[in-house]
Amino acid sequence: MMYGFEWDTTTPLTYASSILPIILIGLTVTLQAAAAGFAIALVLGLVFALLRRSRYTAVSWTTAIIVEFLRDTPLLVQLFFLYYVLPEYGITLPAFLTGALALGLQYSAYTSEVYRGGIEAVPRGQWEAATALNLSRLQTYRDIVVPQIVPRILPAMGNYLVAMIKETPVLSVVTVLEMMGLANMIGERTFEYLVPLTLVGLIFLLLTLICSAGLHRLQKALPKAGIPLR
Amino acid sequence: MEWLSYLPALSRGALVTAAITLSAIAIGAVAAFVAGIARVEGGRVLSTVALCYTELFRGTSLLVQLFWFYYALPLVGISFEPVATGILVLSLHVGAYGSEIVRGALQSVSVQQHEAARALNFGRAQTLLHITLPQALVEMMPAFGNLAIETLKLSSLVSLISIADLTFRAQSIRNLTLDSAGVYSLTLVGYFAMSLVLMLVMRLIERWVRRGAAFPRAAHS
Repeated sequence: MMYGFEWDTTTPLTYASSILPIILIGLTVTLQAAAAGFAIALVLGLVFALLRRSRYTAVSWTTAIIVEFLRDTPLLVQLFFLYYVLPEYGITLPAFLTGALALGLQYSAYTSEVYRGGIEAVPRGQWEAATALNLSRLQTYRDIVVPQIVPRILPAMGNYLVAMIKETPVLSVVTVLEMMGLANMIGERTFEYLVPLTLVGLIFLLLTLICSAGLHRLQKALPKAGIPLR
Repeated sequence: MEWLSYLPALSRGALVTAAITLSAIAIGAVAAFVAGIARVEGGRVLSTVALCYTELFRGTSLLVQLFWFYYALPLVGISFEPVATGILVLSLHVGAYGSEIVRGALQSVSVQQHEAARALNFGRAQTLLHITLPQALVEMMPAFGNLAIETLKLSSLVSLISIADLTFRAQSIRNLTLDSAGVYSLTLVGYFAMSLVLMLVMRLIERWVRRGAAFPRAAHS
């Protein structure tokens, strides 16, 4: 029994249907972790991308090295680092937040590249034209740059969101009870891993298929010329 | 200099990580080419099988796949050594991603090339081997480089099915010494160094492919 749900292991089908409610609780945790992690990645990635464009070489180089380091080291080890080392410096976060932070840090390295590509794809002539038209920096970004970048980066960002959803099971190693953590726990208690793990796999498959289809439609719906902010 | 004492154990773990990563890259490359070519050139049956493989391994999480093969398969009577399970699952996982790279690159070869091959009376196998694959391979290499780094990073997950790789060693040393900051910093630096080496190797292979050395007898465009 878990969360007040009983399981019935007589046949695989009854077993699957009896643990489905528990796994669905895990699904909400999975989605929440991905949402929180992605929010962090979106903000932090933008910060990295802008720092990368800094006029001061010291700043841009340091940022480049940090981004490269985050991108080239495993999420699992970064997660362990945050989970065990942060408390030593007096920062004690709940496991869920530590996990979301680790996801966000790793993916900020990816999103910063997406932002950078988007910003760099705006032709130089447009920046010069904005200067010639005496637009302020804010106006240039708000009316020229951002409207063109948004449709360009949305598909790539969507892909990373799907990738992040698939990486959330790693959080189970620091006691976050998302889908896979729960499936493992059920397996430990019933000595029957096949059904819970297959169920989780199927839910992931369904989730990514739905997300990919959604992304495909989004990509078609996006105006190529840009989205006006006002 | 307490952390110096971690080095022997960590470097033994790093060797295991390197061995698993390289095996997974090698086997994964085979899986990627087989599935990718089947998607483009195979008939309806073969390409559907390849599509199912790709979607199955790309659509679910690597950790779920590892646990599925590690815990669930033995219950239906199939079991491997942990190391074999780790390498097999990691290979199949990155192979699925690689097959998309192969498919994309093969499909990006222009129609005129196919028409020219047809005009020269090349068979399908000849067209693939001498015309499309040599050109597509150059396109694939940058993406394969990224995938190789991804493989190294994902290989850390095999520590969770009791394989004594770098991450596993780091965990055991931490449990022994409680020096989290030292152990994990060293581990992260270790992975970073291995990534840089792998990146360099992939660049060299890319340059070698670009020179056309992989297919010495191919028609150069």
